[in-house]
Amino acid sequence: MPFACIFVPNFPVAAVFRAQPELRTRAVAILDGKPPLEKVFAVNQSAGRMGITPGMTKTQAELCPELTLRPRSLLQESAAHAAMLDCAQSFSPCVEDAALDTALLDLEGMESLFGSLPQIANAMSSRIAGFGLEANVALASNPDAAMLAARGFPGLTMISSGKEAEQLGSLPIDVLFAEQHAGEEKKGADRPLETRLFEAGLLETLDRWGVRNLRALAALPAISLSERLGQHGLRLQQLARGAASRTLVRVEEPAVFEETVELEYPIVLLEPLAFLLNRLLDQICARLASRALHTQEVRLTLGLQNLAGPDNFCRTLRLPLPMLDAKLFLKLLQLDLNAHPPGAPIVKIHLAAEPARPRTAQGSLFQPPSPEPEKLELTLARIAGLVGEACVGSLELLDTHCTEGFRMRRFMPEVTQRKTAQETQPRKTSEPAESKSAVAALRRFRPPLRATVTLENGEPARVVCSKKKEVQGSVLWKAGPWRSSGDWWEREAWSRDEWDIALQNADEVALCRIVHDLLGGGWFVEGTYD
Amino acid sequence: MSSAVFSTSAAQGRPFVFEVEDVAEVRPQPARAEHVEKARLPQRIVPEDLKVVRLAGVTPASRLAILPTPEMVPSGIAAMDILTGGLPRGCLTEICGPASSGRTTVLLAALAAATRRGEFCAVVDAGDALDPQSAAAAGVELDRLLWVRCNDNSHQHEPNHAERHYAEHRLEQLLRVTDLLLESGGFGMIALDLGDLPPQIARRIPLTTWFRFRRAVEHTPTVLLAIERQSIAGSCSSLLIKLRPAGNRVDDQRVDFPFAIPTHAQLLTKLEITAELVRSRIDRKPVRSAEITFASKTAWAG
Repeated sequence: MPFACIFVPNFPVAAVFRAQPELRTRAVAILDGKPPLEKVFAVNQSAGRMGITPGMTKTQAELCPELTLRPRSLLQESAAHAAMLDCAQSFSPCVEDAALDTALLDLEGMESLFGSLPQIANAMSSRIAGFGLEANVALASNPDAAMLAARGFPGLTMISSGKEAEQLGSLPIDVLFAEQHAGEEKKGADRPLETRLFEAGLLETLDRWGVRNLRALAALPAISLSERLGQHGLRLQQLARGAASRTLVRVEEPAVFEETVELEYPIVLLEPLAFLLNRLLDQICARLASRALHTQEVRLTLGLQNLAGPDNFCRTLRLPLPMLDAKLFLKLLQLDLNAHPPGAPIVKIHLAAEPARPRTAQGSLFQPPSPEPEKLELTLARIAGLVGEACVGSLELLDTHCTEGFRMRRFMPEVTQRKTAQETQPRKTSEPAESKSAVAALRRFRPPLRATVTLENGEPARVVCSKKKEVQGSVLWKAGPWRSSGDWWEREAWSRDEWDIALQNADEVALCRIVHDLLGGGWFVEGTYD
Repeated sequence: MSSAVFSTSAAQGRPFVFEVEDVAEVRPQPARAEHVEKARLPQRIVPEDLKVVRLAGVTPASRLAILPTPEMVPSGIAAMDILTGGLPRGCLTEICGPASSGRTTVLLAALAAATRRGEFCAVVDAGDALDPQSAAAAGVELDRLLWVRCNDNSHQHEPNHAERHYAEHRLEQLLRVTDLLLESGGFGMIALDLGDLPPQIARRIPLTTWFRFRRAVEHTPTVLLAIERQSIAGSCSSLLIKLRPAGNRVDDQRVDFPFAIPTHAQLLTKLEITAELVRSRIDRKPVRSAEITFASKTAWAG
């Protein structure tokens, strides 16, 4: 039964590099602790070569001018951890979250899907690199052997079945304890002092015995080892022989895909913000793609640097359909931020995507054309930027006799198409409808134009509208009044008399609807029949 | 030798056929004794050279692409279809006329027909004049209609701006929105409602803009429809229909005695519209001005 292990060495540094790839070429030290008592928590190789070691104080580290110091970010680490799990879960449904930097996979039966085991290992390595993490990948016949190999050997490692003890033999004895440390770190608990002292004593004992690698530990007689170190010693020997076997503890799927960047300097302009958003969106989309998921909601939270104190600015991008296009999301966010600027310098960016199942649509040669959802969404956002969000969309009539009895709603062709397809009754053919005569339409004036109406015997005889010269003149013909009222139980009650009139204006005759407001008084031209 | 050459009129955008007269094929003659002297004279241009000397950038007529006749779709009004053959896809159609001439009626009928076919339509409304109740009564499937309401949002708090400035602002919005919609694609019909814009403002749209729209809509299944007071797109429109009111009718019985009955007993029941086909680039023959009259009834007329 093949198992794989993904291990990200120097995880705190890797998480920072994932968020800020430009730091990869520099010497970087990660600081942890409360100011001013910050200490170096982790360093990369370049910083190590300069003599920077974990445990140094910030003041000591700052003596090295080439060194870049970054604070430890738990949010970035959790995002990197989630990315690692996403990568693992894209290869196997059975994944154990062994540690913050380690994931174990059961690859049983996956060869028929992804190819041979070396191919899977290569694909795993390249995919995790695509997520911005450099990881060691190891394959073995049991999970613990795979984990030890991933922790001990850089790059790709394949441990053949039955040769675990031989191949793991060269690893130093510390690897066994690193595994236990990681497991406890994952649980978020500080290791008790007794445990640490016990481990230190055990290591010292083994060192005194001359046991410095796994091969030496594996070669010790089991009974003698048990007499001296107890069951713990036997367990360590089994691990060193690669003979330990256990069942994976399957991790539950995380429901939220989040990425965060904490900025060293506040951002004021939208252009550099877009640059960072692009990176975050790429990472989120890669993670979603690895899980064959799309998103229907993207939430952007910007931490602002206000004089009054830290503040959050939130924008939510709701999509009509599940989509997965980082460029589209970036454009939509840019348009949204242009319309609703944050109003203060930005110090933190948090992006979260709500996962959704990809939409399934069967294309057809004979279907009428419909706008491409991604393109349409961008077009609608651009149009909303021009005319305002309330002025673009499709119509929905309300159950009222009020003149403006409608509301605008989001234009969603795909949903409409699906609804139409789900209709059990076949669509009516257009022939009978077209054979009917056309319906005369009203062109409305928004807002209605105030007019001066001269009455004769209580009926309109002449209309003068100062705002529209076309709608004035003597009344040639009239029909009405038709009285209507409504919403009398509300504050916005209305009551009015409607007249349909024909106005003679120069050579033209205009058919209009004029309204007498019975509550507010005054006459209005509501529109023309056209 | 006689051959028929199919070509395309660039100006009219429709295929035509012309006959090439019998032309003797020119071949290089074999050198004979009497021609030896002539050969010493400055060399004549032989047909092979002619091919080389051909004007750069000029495509021979025989190689011109044939533009297919655009597909015509029903306009939703049978009489209009008889007059024009329908509305052409991939072309610009102009419908112009004064107020109360039936432009919006024709627009809504076309939208209703398109949405009934299952297509998605867009109305770019420069005057924010669309009446949803009328659209629903005309049979437009509102779910399939994208309504873009151009407005004066940038001038709301500027009382000094005249109506003219508002109109210009709306026009600018309309043009930009139309560009975006045409670029997006996938719509069965895009209607530009310029019906409330003063003609002097509407005429400010440069002809190049209309050419751009025509090029953008070409080879797409979209019907680009413009509603306006006067024709403004010039030669860019493939179909130009002019509307005018033919007469307004109340109930026949009552029209004879308008003064004998009270006004609340009268009813506007229908509008009679005369449509004139002014220009069509779809037909092969030069178009003659043709007219047809049809009636549109009001929603409450039953």
